[in-house]
Amino acid sequence: MSRSPIRDLLVGVFVLSGFAALAYLSIQLGGSTYSGPGGLLLYASFDEVGGLAARSPVVIGGVKVGQVKAIELSPDGDFRARVLMDVDENLKLPDDTAASILTQGVLGSQYVGLEPGGSETMLGDRAEITYTQSAIVIERLIGRVIQSLGNSSDGDDKESRSEPGDDG
Amino acid sequence: MLALIRHTGWRTVSNVFELGGIAVFGGRMVYQTFSPPWRLRRLVDEIYTTGVLSLAIVLLSGAVVGSVLGLQGYITLVRFGAEQSLGSVVGLSLVREFGPVLTALLVAGRAGSAVAAEIGAMVATEQLDGLRMMSVDPVDFVAQPKALALLISMPLLSALFIVFGLAGGYVVGVGLLGIDGGTYITNLETSITFRDEVVGSVLKSVVFGALVALISTWRGFTSAPNSAGVSRATTGAVVQASVATLVFDYIITALWGG
Repeated sequence: MSRSPIRDLLVGVFVLSGFAALAYLSIQLGGSTYSGPGGLLLYASFDEVGGLAARSPVVIGGVKVGQVKAIELSPDGDFRARVLMDVDENLKLPDDTAASILTQGVLGSQYVGLEPGGSETMLGDRAEITYTQSAIVIERLIGRVIQSLGNSSDGDDKESRSEPGDDG
Repeated sequence: MLALIRHTGWRTVSNVFELGGIAVFGGRMVYQTFSPPWRLRRLVDEIYTTGVLSLAIVLLSGAVVGSVLGLQGYITLVRFGAEQSLGSVVGLSLVREFGPVLTALLVAGRAGSAVAAEIGAMVATEQLDGLRMMSVDPVDFVAQPKALALLISMPLLSALFIVFGLAGGYVVGVGLLGIDGGTYITNLETSITFRDEVVGSVLKSVVFGALVALISTWRGFTSAPNSAGVSRATTGAVVQASVATLVFDYIITALWGG
């Protein structure tokens, strides 16, 4: 078979571009490394994290400033969820910053929203955010609505019971 | 009645024989891969014919499949008001299923058939016997470079298929249907994880590559030495490789995704 250098070049380009595609999939999309800003580790404890997961975004005013690194049960033994966040180390966050778990849209994915306060002292590395607001679990919300509807109808219990009697 | 039982038994036994033959054949090729001579030149030539020449059809199909996924996903998601998560739908379905499976089917049709037909024609024209007379092992010289080239090309082609599919989905979702580009990419990046999706996808394409390589070279080698035999070998290679791909797809998904 006659050898052509073009063919070798094409094979090389093919193999290289294939590996480039694999690298894109595993590094950029697979996120085995997080390329965004980071360096400042913050803890926050919540009663309920809902659908929050590792790699969920951490945002301030809608701008992504970091991501959730890990979620585990609090070591204090109070059965709260402790969320470890990795946020941009250049941020000067006051120590009365509030963290809340919010949802994108009605059924969207969940993320942590930070609302900086007005304190003079700043949060250091591995500091704990004390002001937190848990995720809203839609089943509990519905449960509460049904409960409150039931409670309000308790007052006019006699009227509702007398209704079938009227029909008969 | 007796003839039916006899026929069934004969078919069963001959299938077991064939399976054993494939296993021994595959084992010989694995052994040849790790023992000299390496035959790098032959390998580069075969990667050119199986990989580089399959690029056009794989990339085109990837872009079209990605666009269709974007369109279909949008039509379904918009009913639930969740069209913003189009990136997750397109990304997950491409990486988990469509990338490895469709690439394997395309390569089986495009390159596997060619491999089986080429080796089958060499059997029919007694070229393999000629090689044996020169004490050159035809498994080492003819089959092994082709099989290894298919095995190497498959994950690379699958990754390129997925990247082009994601781009196709982006063009349809963001360009035509007006979804925010940043949302598409963010959804893509948060829903695809390295261990569950990317590693599983590469594992699938490697297994499919091995299946297509093994079946098409084996069918070529065992083809009857006439033109009808070559045609049967080619058809059989494509059909069996495609069915094996789909069956193993289920098995890997069940084992990996559990």
